[in-house]
Amino acid sequence: MERLLPLFVLIPFLGFLISLLVPGRHESALSRIAYYSAGAQFFTLLAFGVLWLLQGAPLLNVKEIVIYRSDGYEFFIDLFFDRVTAVYLLVGSMLTFMITIYSRYYLHREDGYKRFFNTILFFFTGYSITVLSGNFETLFVGWEVLGISSFLLIAFYRDRYLPVKNAVKVFSIYRVGDVGLILAMWASHHLWHENITFMKLHNYELVHHQLASHSAIGIFISLAILVSAAAKSAQLPFSSWLPRAMEGPTPSSAIFYGSLSVHIGVFLLLRTFPFWEHQFVVRVLIAVVGLLTSLMASVTARVQSSVKAQIAYSSIAQIGLIFIEVAAGLELLALVHFAGNAFLRTYQLLVSPSVVTYLIREQFYHFKPREHSFEDTLPKRLEYTLYVLSLKEWNLDTFMYRLLWNPLKHLGRRLDVFNINRSLAVLVPLYLLGIVLLFNAQWSTPQVAHAIPIIAVFIALVLVLRAFTERKHVRRALAMVIMGHFWVVLAISFNEDFDLGHSLIYLSGVVGAGFFAVYAINALRRTERNVDLGRFHGHVYEHPRIALLFLLSALGLAGFPISPTFLGEDLIFSHIHPDQLVLASLVALSFVLNGLALVRIYARVFLGPHVKTYHEVAYRSA
Amino acid sequence: MDNSSVVTSLAVESGRRHGRPEFDEHAAFHHLKHLLPAQAPLKDFIHHNTLHAFQEDRFTDALHKAARLFGYKTTLTVHEYRRLFEQGRIRPEIIRRVLMERKGEAQVNDWTNRLLRKRYDSTIVPRIGTLRMHWKREHRIDLDALVHSTLFRVLNSYLDQGIAIWRFPVWDKGFLASIRELQRYAYTGFLHGKRATDLLMDETTTVGRLLDILVGEPALYEQYLFDQQFAHPGWSGLVSAIEENPAALLDHRRITLPELVTFELLLEIDALDRQFPKGWEPLAQGMRHRPQPLFAEVAYAEVDEVRSLWQEAFEWTYHDEALAGLSQNARRPEPPVLAVQALFCIDDRECSFRRHLERIHPGFRTYGTPGHFGVEFYYRPEHGKFNTKVCPAPITPKYLIKEVDKKSRAGKDVHFSQRTHGLVGGWLISQTLGFWSALKLFISIFKPSTGPGTTDSFQHMDQFSSLTVENSDPSDRDGGLQVGFTVAEMATRVDAVLKSIGLVRDFAPIVYVVGHGASSVNNPHYAAYDCGACSGRPGSVNARVFCQMAEHPKVRELLRAKGIDIPQETRFVSALHDTTRDEIVFYDEATLDAPLRALHARHMTVFRDALDLNAQERARRFEAIDQRDSAKEVHDQVRLRSVSLFEPRPELNHATNALCIVGRRELTRGLFLDRRSFLNSYDASIDPDGHYLQGILGAAAPVCGGINLEYFFSRMDNQKLGAGTKLPHNVMGLIGVANGVEGDLRPGLPNQMIEVHDPIRLLMVVEQLPDVVLATIQRVNATYQWFVNEWIHLVVVHPETKAIHRFRDGRFEPYEPLHGSIPRVLESMDVLLGSLENMPVTIIEHA
Repeated sequence: MERLLPLFVLIPFLGFLISLLVPGRHESALSRIAYYSAGAQFFTLLAFGVLWLLQGAPLLNVKEIVIYRSDGYEFFIDLFFDRVTAVYLLVGSMLTFMITIYSRYYLHREDGYKRFFNTILFFFTGYSITVLSGNFETLFVGWEVLGISSFLLIAFYRDRYLPVKNAVKVFSIYRVGDVGLILAMWASHHLWHENITFMKLHNYELVHHQLASHSAIGIFISLAILVSAAAKSAQLPFSSWLPRAMEGPTPSSAIFYGSLSVHIGVFLLLRTFPFWEHQFVVRVLIAVVGLLTSLMASVTARVQSSVKAQIAYSSIAQIGLIFIEVAAGLELLALVHFAGNAFLRTYQLLVSPSVVTYLIREQFYHFKPREHSFEDTLPKRLEYTLYVLSLKEWNLDTFMYRLLWNPLKHLGRRLDVFNINRSLAVLVPLYLLGIVLLFNAQWSTPQVAHAIPIIAVFIALVLVLRAFTERKHVRRALAMVIMGHFWVVLAISFNEDFDLGHSLIYLSGVVGAGFFAVYAINALRRTERNVDLGRFHGHVYEHPRIALLFLLSALGLAGFPISPTFLGEDLIFSHIHPDQLVLASLVALSFVLNGLALVRIYARVFLGPHVKTYHEVAYRSA
Repeated sequence: MDNSSVVTSLAVESGRRHGRPEFDEHAAFHHLKHLLPAQAPLKDFIHHNTLHAFQEDRFTDALHKAARLFGYKTTLTVHEYRRLFEQGRIRPEIIRRVLMERKGEAQVNDWTNRLLRKRYDSTIVPRIGTLRMHWKREHRIDLDALVHSTLFRVLNSYLDQGIAIWRFPVWDKGFLASIRELQRYAYTGFLHGKRATDLLMDETTTVGRLLDILVGEPALYEQYLFDQQFAHPGWSGLVSAIEENPAALLDHRRITLPELVTFELLLEIDALDRQFPKGWEPLAQGMRHRPQPLFAEVAYAEVDEVRSLWQEAFEWTYHDEALAGLSQNARRPEPPVLAVQALFCIDDRECSFRRHLERIHPGFRTYGTPGHFGVEFYYRPEHGKFNTKVCPAPITPKYLIKEVDKKSRAGKDVHFSQRTHGLVGGWLISQTLGFWSALKLFISIFKPSTGPGTTDSFQHMDQFSSLTVENSDPSDRDGGLQVGFTVAEMATRVDAVLKSIGLVRDFAPIVYVVGHGASSVNNPHYAAYDCGACSGRPGSVNARVFCQMAEHPKVRELLRAKGIDIPQETRFVSALHDTTRDEIVFYDEATLDAPLRALHARHMTVFRDALDLNAQERARRFEAIDQRDSAKEVHDQVRLRSVSLFEPRPELNHATNALCIVGRRELTRGLFLDRRSFLNSYDASIDPDGHYLQGILGAAAPVCGGINLEYFFSRMDNQKLGAGTKLPHNVMGLIGVANGVEGDLRPGLPNQMIEVHDPIRLLMVVEQLPDVVLATIQRVNATYQWFVNEWIHLVVVHPETKAIHRFRDGRFEPYEPLHGSIPRVLESMDVLLGSLENMPVTIIEHA
């Protein structure tokens, strides 16, 4: 049976690949590929499910491909199937199947018809990988695909300001989730001394034994998982991204943010449940996050006056409850709740435009001048305060902004003095010195050797931070991103037995992707004078091919699972010791910022309202 | 006029007293409101000229000015025109004639060259926003990003008509007073700093005072307000519309544009205080470049002229062809038998339906008149809590018609229920109903059917209910309105309609009066699909009221005195044509006696066959439907569209409209106009002095012109003047749509409604003598403006000789169509197969 599992990754992935090859004008072929893939997945899964149930619903695990192996390190793709996977995959393929048929007509004649179905299939592939994943590495592959396809779908109307702005915003929250996952992966490497499979987590003795001796690291892993799950499922304090993600065509909002994408955080919790099952504090914490979120979100939903925001907050509230159910160990209830909530919100979003007809008619025939809501019985001060807070979404959006971006921006601005040309004069010799030291360890003292990794990572961080806040020069920003990677490698090289192979794997991706990214920007600059990072430029309008090339290179550069850098990231982390939390955090932060900086460059240069106004351009507020 | 100028000068006076001579607050708001979009809340969507504010200018100047001032794209690009030319949709001989007329013979070659070959830069750099931009440029602060989200949220929550469960807690005191009360009692408010809060609390705070703080130079204040409000024209326009007509919201809210502006200025001051805690200078200080005044004269560039010449050639390529068609379409012999007469709305969507009826049954004689059928009233369905206006928007009726004995009630759907949004309710519902949703989704994809979320034109009035048409007691009033019409009032209205369309003798045994409406689902713009002459409602009630009036024995008596002798046996039967589903429902059939009922039954089959053909003709433009199927099968698929959640184009509405023909049916009968023409019946021979014509044009110019220009501008600039694609739309407070949850409202038509529309001005064709028409249009200035400023093209066709005169620069001059002979076919369906494009004007032999 296990042998069949890869099928559920291959079907959507194949669909995705084929859809890339079909020219955009063949609407019906494109949509057909999409719903055939989803349909094939759904019906194969039904048949598979019956067989599986007949066999008594065993836990299935298959170690698929070993991508890289060296002493004490193995990177492999692993698939796993249990009832959580079964439910998620079934709901996912069923909804994708229906939504693709729906969109076949709904998107008729829309610009970007092909892009839409490509992205949906890409998303579906990522979703399938995630829910079938048997270890953290595989999960992370799917997780990254979900993140980037979300970005692309929110920014589907890429020639308007708000979709692009919100896509970047949501992507940045997702990156926070990524840090959690990266750190969880890192810590669990050291906990288990291997890439642990989820299957093994079901082995109570094993888990219990390990955690008994390493309780702190166990708690750390669980917390990192919780942060990831909360970010992805729009729980506190991340909730405000969900309504802002509703920028794409209604069916894509329905399937992503009404149902599948937003329940992935829940999935992560269900998947890792055996791991933190006996960490009472963690269970309480998850339940508290869920409870607070559901209280906050249900009040917020009550004051929303736009239909999609209302559905978004209602959905968040229910997911909060699901968090509680998961924390309480009620897996089955959580699964039923997930499926029901996903279907309900999908359908509500799809029929949301009808709300005018329906409610205006209700109002016309059943109007009562003013209904008192129960809040009216509260003391006036409390009532008004609660109302204003809910209307302002408990300041969560501004809170995120202040907590995450303002400090980064301020720091970055401070670094404006940090002129690239001048700093090159310092950084390059410094780097060379580092390399010399690396090969001649005897020249330095142990104290120096110990400090170098931190210093090098710090320099890397400064570089990506500077890239993230650069307002003018695109290529400089790119150069800083690339240099950042190099400094990270230097740092790690000092940390442990130096493994040139690992560094080369990592840097090969960086150099290759970096080359194409710079090439794309050069190509653009040959025809466009107006290219900087101070505003959105929308150059995709005239240069879609260059934009695509840049997007792919940027993804490679950011360590997306299309380049060796992805593997390298994991490798690099395996060289950070369990007691080097600071170093691990700094490296993780530099990865996150690096991805953000690149997405920001892509958005600023290629997306948003076009700088040229010889054609229709929407209002910024539209 | 005089009154307002007195007010204006008073305001200037008050401005002076406050030491701001250059800023007249009242005049500024007056000006602002004039230019903001004028769209009402969704349920009252009524087509109007999007650039109504410029209507005092000539069309070409207005377009140019609007583009330069506000950045609207008001023409196609030169490149787009050239592509039309290559496709043969702009013809060389028309370009030549346009250039001869506009530039003189000597320059024709030179200008042809410019039109066809010279390179132009079409970049639009608007003046709007150039003043307020200095915040960003010189102070590095993005006020829109800091203010809009809060502003839109508060406005939407305050005006919300029923989406939020917990409504704005203070609502009955006016907008600013409500904000003030919230700010006073809540521990947190919308403003943070002390200065802004104090200014809010101080009820004497004026817009001028806030602008003193923000801008600091009175001469710039008005321009600043324009910049600010045109950064979100959707919300500002809606607030302005509600200020003008508070009844547009069933759940009333008091709000004014100055209140909105005050709140926004306070938010801006607050944002600046927060960003620059050490203090900041007003905008005017330290501004290095003065922006050009917004309303300073605009200069013409060569490219502007080139584009307007192209546009004219584009329009006349079609108009010339249509006029050639009209003059070559021979008068056909009167139908051998007169079996039935039928009145329809002038709507362009009825144009093909009428053609099919006449083709199937040669005894059919059809007429067009605005679909409220000359009766103006408010309608209140049974159990309804409000009155609905069902007549052209500018009219304010004094009458009320009530529906009684309703037999049906609308269904409920828990998916729209507020309970699904509660914590516990949601918990229960998602685990139970959630699975029901999956099933419903499945059914709605594979077998769409009508449901409570559907807008159904036949629900407007129950088929078997009764109406309170007659008023026999003038004291029978309801809410200040007279319930029903008196006999005399009825007779006046029936007389006016019948005379205006020329139906005064030779009545058939049955006269049908057919209103129209539309059905759709998932369509917030549903009101735009219904009858424009009924204020965006189906025309069923009006048709039925008209028939009951014309049936009334005493009314017939009065009519006889007025020269219209309707035989006693003649019956009027009302009906509603659903233009989306191509279905028809008749009212009060039961009152027909047996022989007529049999006749009616035979007619019903004619109607049904014609509807099948009509659906098939419309399906030509729907790519998803295979036209080779039989008419019945195609019709089934067309019906399915109207209830499919996933169908953003249930019908194409007025798209491609281009003509309005006022004249006898003989002029157009048998002419294939591809559903592009409004058809208003009119017989010049019974209206020698243009009395009825004045009424017709007085209604047709704003209604058809409004529809035409809304399509025109939504097509030209679907982003700034239209609503953009409807696929990401989110319903805001039941009053408007926006993109996502943070966007500004999007007035205008969505892309799906206009994408097949050719943006050309309406050509009004009147069958009458030029002198009579000239005298008629000059009688009412509002009507005359439409024609003399060229917002609508006007030609007259001589009722006898068919000679054509074109109205230009205030007079009529002879016009010869350049188009050669118009193609002829035997059957209309021969023209149609297999194309999505507009079809040429064609003469159908068998019609």
